[in-house]
Amino acid sequence: MSKRVGMEIALAAAEAVALCRPDVVAAYPITPNTHVPEHLSDIVAEGRLDADFICVESEHSALSACCGASGAGARAFTATSSQGLLYMAEIVPIVSAMRLPVVMIIGNRALSGPINIWNDLSDIMSQRDVGWISMFAANGQEVIDMAIQSFKIAEHRDVMLPVNLNMDGFQLTHVVEPMDFPDQKEVDEFLPPYKPYAAVHPDNIVSMGTLALPEIFNEVMKVKDEVLKNSKKVIVEIWKEWEQKFGRSYKPIETYKAKGAEILLLAVGSMVETAEVAVDEMRKKKVSAGVLKLRLWRPFPFEELRRAVKDAKVVVVLDRSVSFGGPGGPVFSEVRSALYNEAKRPVIINEIIGLGGRDVPVSDFVTIIEKAAKAIKETPKEEYEIFGVRGS
Amino acid sequence: MNIVENFDLYAPRLVDKEEYFSAGHRACQGCGEALAIRMMCKALGSDTVIVNATGCMEVVSSFYPTTAWNLPWIHVAFPNAASVGAGVEAGLKVLRRKGKIADRDVKTVCIGGGGGTFDIGLQALSGAMERGHDMLYACFDNEAYMNTGIQRSGATPFGASTTTNPAGRASSGKGEWKKNITEIIAAHGVQYAATACHSYPLDFMNKVKKAREVKGPTFIHCLAVCPTGWRIPSEACIKMGRLASETGIFPLYEVENGKYRMTIKPEKLRPVGDYLKAQGRFRHLTPEDIERIQEKVYQEYNKLQDKVNNLHAWSELK
Repeated sequence: MSKRVGMEIALAAAEAVALCRPDVVAAYPITPNTHVPEHLSDIVAEGRLDADFICVESEHSALSACCGASGAGARAFTATSSQGLLYMAEIVPIVSAMRLPVVMIIGNRALSGPINIWNDLSDIMSQRDVGWISMFAANGQEVIDMAIQSFKIAEHRDVMLPVNLNMDGFQLTHVVEPMDFPDQKEVDEFLPPYKPYAAVHPDNIVSMGTLALPEIFNEVMKVKDEVLKNSKKVIVEIWKEWEQKFGRSYKPIETYKAKGAEILLLAVGSMVETAEVAVDEMRKKKVSAGVLKLRLWRPFPFEELRRAVKDAKVVVVLDRSVSFGGPGGPVFSEVRSALYNEAKRPVIINEIIGLGGRDVPVSDFVTIIEKAAKAIKETPKEEYEIFGVRGS
Repeated sequence: MNIVENFDLYAPRLVDKEEYFSAGHRACQGCGEALAIRMMCKALGSDTVIVNATGCMEVVSSFYPTTAWNLPWIHVAFPNAASVGAGVEAGLKVLRRKGKIADRDVKTVCIGGGGGTFDIGLQALSGAMERGHDMLYACFDNEAYMNTGIQRSGATPFGASTTTNPAGRASSGKGEWKKNITEIIAAHGVQYAATACHSYPLDFMNKVKKAREVKGPTFIHCLAVCPTGWRIPSEACIKMGRLASETGIFPLYEVENGKYRMTIKPEKLRPVGDYLKAQGRFRHLTPEDIERIQEKVYQEYNKLQDKVNNLHAWSELK
C-alpha cells in the first residue's frame, strides 16, 4: 500500500528513483538538484538499493557513464541542473541516437551568466532539439509519479529513448510537501526489469555508436524524429495505466477551468499552480479565464493543444526563458507555430516571467490576465515582454 | 632480426589465431595503430568489451553498416572513453552481481588516441583511474590529431611540424616537450602502467596480458607510428617504432606496484638523429635543434634509469 509522507521533493525524487531499482547512478553535484543524487547515495549506503553509484568527476562523465552502463544493459539514472546540463550537452544527442533509455531528472536553473543558481527553464530549453522525451512536473507528487513513469516510457520497446524529467529548482526541489509513495511491490508490478534490445557483452557481440556517412544520415535522423513522435502514443498509454493503478491522471496537456474560457494561460512546471490561484481570483470578478498545463514538451502535443485552445479568444503563453533575438520565449514560439495554419485561432501573446528565480506571485498573473482581457478587444503591438522588468 | 630464439617456430603458439579486429577496416597503409589494436585484442581474448574514443580507429573501423570488430564495441564521443568505460564496467559488475548476465570476468578496455588521452580526455581518464574501476585504458599515441589532419597535441614531440604549428621561417615546429602521460597516470597509484610499441609485439602483448590480470585500473601507453602524419614511407612503420626505443626517445618500461622495470633495454642508445632525420615532420630541424633534443632525451632517459635503479615496489617499502 502506498503511504503519505511529508518530504523535500528532491529527496522524494530520489526515493522514487530508488523504487525503480536502477543498476547504475552516475551524478555530479550542482545546485539545486544535488539533493537527488545525495539522497540516492544515502539509499545505496543504507543497503536499500543494490546499485553502483559512480561519483564521476564531471557532468560530461555522468552522462557518458550512463551511456556505458545503459549500453551494457543496465538501468541508468543521472540528475543535473543548468551548467551541468550544458556540460553534458555534447553527449545529450548521442544518447537518443544510440537509443539508450537513460532517465535524467533536471532541477531547472538559469544558465550563467551572470551566474545565478535559481530557477528558470533556460537549461532545458537549450537542449530542446536533441531527440529526448522531455516532460515537466508541477509539484512533488508529479515528480514521484513521473520519475517512475519515465523508466517505463524510456524502456518501452517501441520507444527506447532517454527521458528528461524537469522540476523547477528550489520552487520544487527544496519544497517540503505531503506526497503519496507507492510501495515497492506496486512499482515492481508497474515497472518490469529492463530487458535491453542489445548490449555490449561477449555473449552477443554488437558494435554500438558507429559512424554514419551522408548516404545514411538523413534516414537515421528521420528515424530519430519518427520514433520520438510515435512515443506519444506509448506515453499516453502508460499514463492511462498509471491512472488505473494509482488513481492519478496524467495527460500531455491538462486543463483547469479552461472549458469555454475566453482567456487561457498556458504554463509549465510549478508556476501552473500559482496561475490556477490567480484564475480563481479572476473568476470571482467574472473574468472568463482558465489554465493549460503543458506537461509533455517533447514530443510536442500538437493535436491536444489545438483542441484545448479552439474556443479561446486569447492564449497567454508563459515562458521561463528567452530565445534571445528571436520570437520571445521557446514555448510561445512552439504554440504559435502549432496554431498558425488553423482557420480559427486565438490571439497569442507571450509573457516571459520568473527568470533566475525572480518570484512570480499570484498578483503578477492577475495583472497578466487583465492585460489579456484588453487583448480580446485590441491585439497588442508587442508580441512578447519580459514581465516586471524594473525601470521599463 | 628475431626478438626471441626460434621466433617463427613459437610465435603461432604464443598468439591467439582469432582475429578480433578484422581485415577490411579503412586504416592507412602501414598504420601502426591498426596493427597494435589487432595485437592487443589477441592478447585480451574474447571476454572483452572495447570502449573506443572518437579518433582514427573508431572512424576506420565502424562505417555503418559495417564493423571491423569481432568483440563487443561501443563508441560515444571523443573525450569520454574512460567515463563510458566506467559505466560499462559498473553496469557489467552490477548485472553480474544480480545474476542478469553470465557469471564470469569480462574486461572493460578503453582505447583512445594521443589527443583523446593526453588532452581532451585527460579529465575523464584521471577520474576513472582515481575511482579504481576494473579497466584497462590503452592509449595509441601517434603524436598528433591525425584523424583530423595532423594537428598539434600535448602528445606531439618537440620540434615536430604539424598543421597547427608548422615549421616555417619564424617557427621550427612545436616548441614544447611532449607530456609524460605514463608518469601522470602512474602518479594516480595504479597497480600497472607501461609504455609499449607495436614494433615489439611480444613485449606489447605481454603487457596487455599483465594489465588484464590486474583487478583495478591499468594503463598502457603504446606508441603508434603514423606514416601519414610522420611523413615516412608506409614500410618504415615497424623500423621507426624500433628506432624510437633504440634512441631512448620512447623507452619501453613498466611500473608495477611502484617498481620500474625496463622491458626492452638497448645496450647503447643510438643518436636521436637516426630517428629524426628519417621523418618528414622533423626535416626542418637544424643540427642545433637536434643537439637540444639529444640532451633532453639523455636527461629523460637518465631520470627513468634512476627510477628503475632506485625505486622499490610499494610492498618492499618499510
